[in-house]
Amino acid sequence: MTAEAVPRRAWVEQVMGMPVSIHLRGQLGGSADAEGRVEAAYDELRAVDVLFSPYREDSQVCRIDRGELAVRDAHPLVAEVVELARTARALTGGSFDAWRPGGDGLTHFDPTGLVKGWAVQRAAEHLAAGLGCDVSVTAGGDIALRPGRDPALWQIGIEDPREPARVLAVVPVLFGGVATSGTAHRGRHLVDPATGGPSGDELLSVTVVGPSLIWADVLATAAFVRGAVGLDLVESVVGYEGLVVDRDGYRTTSGLTPQTRTTDMSA
Amino acid sequence: MRRIVVALVGTVAGLVGLFSYHTSLAGAGSVTTAPALGASTAPTATGGSSAGGSSAGGSSAGGPSTGGSSTGGSRTVTGAVAQTRWGPVQVRLKVSGGKITAADAVQYPNGNGRDQQINSYALPVLAREVLAAQNANIDLVSGATVTSDGYVTSLQSAIDKAHL
Repeated sequence: MTAEAVPRRAWVEQVMGMPVSIHLRGQLGGSADAEGRVEAAYDELRAVDVLFSPYREDSQVCRIDRGELAVRDAHPLVAEVVELARTARALTGGSFDAWRPGGDGLTHFDPTGLVKGWAVQRAAEHLAAGLGCDVSVTAGGDIALRPGRDPALWQIGIEDPREPARVLAVVPVLFGGVATSGTAHRGRHLVDPATGGPSGDELLSVTVVGPSLIWADVLATAAFVRGAVGLDLVESVVGYEGLVVDRDGYRTTSGLTPQTRTTDMSA
Repeated sequence: MRRIVVALVGTVAGLVGLFSYHTSLAGAGSVTTAPALGASTAPTATGGSSAGGSSAGGSSAGGPSTGGSSTGGSRTVTGAVAQTRWGPVQVRLKVSGGKITAADAVQYPNGNGRDQQINSYALPVLAREVLAAQNANIDLVSGATVTSDGYVTSLQSAIDKAHL
């Protein structure tokens, strides 16, 4: 494996409240228009943030939530996400639900948990189509990979939630999405839709690998919320594999064989 | 063997994190520039001897390849100054063909005798382990939602930095 022949370039910008990294791999990534296309990808992500941010009072999602805007009058991308949110709820049997009861007794629409994966996946697709090289877009630990004309595997390290500076396993992925849900960096930030409260802490993290970051992300979130039985959900979805970490180590779905594993995590 | 490699990478990540920790807290009075140290550390990284720390011994599992040293496309990236428990540290990486081929410290704490002693082994270990991380061929890292604060010390940050 001599990677020396393959050039690689990276960019990092703060978008949607988190650092978003874009890596281009291969000769075409060095083309003259690569810089402009990467900038366009960041612009695209910023535009998504304007539409969907729950922190912007004037975002379309906030206006929909306040009843000021109907989905049919919203931006077409908003309708697309609403549709995905419905699918996500069905796919996960409600473990992932963008419509949640709030403290005020009303049901609130917050697709944030879906938007990141969708936006990152979309940006990667647009970049790869325009450039023809291998593309990765990474945002907050979620990764979208699109193959170029001469694709090569990406070695994806899975962070150990017990010690985030440590890599627990390595999974080679050619294209698709890798998403991890957990509490390592933000404390408990996942909400169980069934109770409206914080999810259980049986699991420390769930990583899901599959053809699309959108569903990898949704499944990881839903599996984490489900706790110890969360891996069964991932196993039931064709094409998606998962790895869950708890205090005793990790378990995977039947189709996933991490390239490298550690068992001595007690130190 | 593989297990050892990963344990090593884990240690690396912590150390590599120093490289990209954006902070301006460096107290100028306690910082010394030390180009000579770096020059001597990088080439020795292939050696299997574990100069410091238990984890360094793991490099025998597949010694970091300093070979290649391809002349074309080689460049140097200097990270921001990081506050470590030993004091401010700044790391410089030499990147060639997308791989880190050398890592050395351009700033390190120089307060007292104990610091000197720490530097004499900690920084060479840092250089060796940066190379080992590359040798493990990890392209990207997936983890629970990384905030801006978490990112600057993350392995992903170091990987990004190596390719910027």
